[in-house]
Amino acid sequence: MSGHTIEYIDPLYGLMAEFDSPSELVAAARRTREAGFRKFDAFSPLPIHELDEAMDLHDNRVSLATLIGGLVGCCGGFGLCSWVEGVALPLNIGGRPLISVPMFIPITFELTILIGGLTAAISMILMNGLPMPYHPVFNVERFAGAARSKFFLCIESADPKFDRERTAGFLESLGAEEVAEVPR
Amino acid sequence: MVQPVELPDRIQVGPVIDEGHSLASVSDKVGGIVLKRKITLGWVFGLLLAFAVMQNLLAGATWLFVKGVGVWGINIPVGWGFAIVNFVWWIGIGHAGTLISAILLLLNQSWRNAINRFAEAMTLFAVMCAGMFPVLHTGRPWLAYWMFPYPNTMDLWPQFRSPLIWDVFAVSTYFTISAVFWYVGLIPDLATLRDTAKTRFTQTAYGALALGWRNSARHWQRYEKASLLLAGLATPLVVSVHTVVSFDFAVAILPGWHTTIFPPYFVAGAIYSGFAMVLTLMIPVRKFYGLEDIITIRHLNNMAKVTLATGLIVAYGYSMEAFYGYFSADVYERFASWNRMTGPYAMFYWCLIFCNIITPQVLWIKRIRTSPGILWIVSIVVNIGMWLERFVIVIVSLHRDFLPSSWSMYWPTIWDWAVLTGTLGFFMTAIFLFIRVLPMITIFELRMLLPGAQVKEPVTP
Repeated sequence: MSGHTIEYIDPLYGLMAEFDSPSELVAAARRTREAGFRKFDAFSPLPIHELDEAMDLHDNRVSLATLIGGLVGCCGGFGLCSWVEGVALPLNIGGRPLISVPMFIPITFELTILIGGLTAAISMILMNGLPMPYHPVFNVERFAGAARSKFFLCIESADPKFDRERTAGFLESLGAEEVAEVPR
Repeated sequence: MVQPVELPDRIQVGPVIDEGHSLASVSDKVGGIVLKRKITLGWVFGLLLAFAVMQNLLAGATWLFVKGVGVWGINIPVGWGFAIVNFVWWIGIGHAGTLISAILLLLNQSWRNAINRFAEAMTLFAVMCAGMFPVLHTGRPWLAYWMFPYPNTMDLWPQFRSPLIWDVFAVSTYFTISAVFWYVGLIPDLATLRDTAKTRFTQTAYGALALGWRNSARHWQRYEKASLLLAGLATPLVVSVHTVVSFDFAVAILPGWHTTIFPPYFVAGAIYSGFAMVLTLMIPVRKFYGLEDIITIRHLNNMAKVTLATGLIVAYGYSMEAFYGYFSADVYERFASWNRMTGPYAMFYWCLIFCNIITPQVLWIKRIRTSPGILWIVSIVVNIGMWLERFVIVIVSLHRDFLPSSWSMYWPTIWDWAVLTGTLGFFMTAIFLFIRVLPMITIFELRMLLPGAQVKEPVTP
């Protein structure tokens, strides 16, 4: 933690509770949401599908971006072949059609996959706000366990319902092993 | 989520991960290979040997660029020699990685979680080897960019009706998507390495590669979606790549190439050789790194079954090729089939039948599927057999086509062998470096297999 404090920003990022098992984390996340908190996050060393429902996560923008990327690749691929063979370099070979659709399918297909796949990966990384060289949650020493075997829940101080004492008590009531303050 | 169906014990062999592992122990075990394990003499020796063999590639490619493709054994009528044989062989090997990472993910096969990272790495390195050959085969690699469509002063464009241009797009898309899929899979594991690393250098290196991943549930949700989408896109892609490779042959009118069975039979052959290569690499690695509790006998058994199944499809392909040669009532087709079996290269054909059809039949026996040593030998035989298959398809079809006056023989020169062995050295060098630098097993997916990772919720009214 640096010595600087930025005006109007709470030096406390939030409160973090540690749990031992995915079941406890899911239950805690559900109760946190039910208690009215919105700015909170769960951390686990593996994807837990039950959390999506418990935290009401349903961001489908990655799928939408991938669909758009795939369509761009598809139209771009077919357009490229048609433009090259029909306009840029038309070759009349025995009077055969210039726009020979079946022969353009492989390139169209490959570019659909290429642009669609790249969009899926890049949109996922960007929508997750990555790359992110610094994040306050790492200030909690035990948080490294989230990448190994521990489960964490962090309620941010930016949440309107946040109150240092009451929220700490709430987290303890969820059965947290340890509640730690997260300095910004 | 669809729960995987548990098969009865009669069919299953052993667990998908040994009991006694916990969330922490799998992280430490797999991460420890990279972070803690001392560099052993065996690894150094292996790397140096592979690196030495890789120098064949340096010598072979240098001499090729100095003199031109004439240093190889190719000439008319056999203009496609080792370069195309090796290209098809390597790209086929790559296919198992994508099958394991994408298709088995969509099919909810949890046993893939222990082997997908390694198999995908194998895919990347195999596709790199494959990609070298067409470029070397041009003889003028500095002009290889002409294959891509870009506005140029010559006012020329690629011929988009040519299967060879389809190949450029298929292989480069395949490499890009495989690399992206692999990297996306690596991000959470890189974060694990970052958070368990002890030295400043490793923390920084893995930290930079992990992009600041913090295992957030909000991130995981998008991550899982993107993984599924990538798997869905990679599945038709992997089928398309070897299909396009087979078009290189099937679209031509040469007897022995001009058959509609080529695409499915090439794809099956690719997966066949790929699984054989995964077994060839995985069996020693799991032994030397003591990973028998994570890559269990069940994995070997399953991979052997896939090898057997695809081997049978390949066997069907061979019989259909021979049958259609006869049934076409076309004198050239008939001759092409007959020439394969009895011509000057008949030895290659019968070796291929022995390696690819007869040998894998031992995999019907469960005892063999579950004994790593024998399985390893079978997998090597299959690898050789698949290389012979491409030799038979490429060279034996070309060397005697329509006009007997243009018939000739093809024999590889020392420079052909230098490039082939050189890519083997490159491949092995890359594998040796990979297993020391990156986690060779997907740690976060291993965690998903553990009983401790399952959510047991009280029934809510």
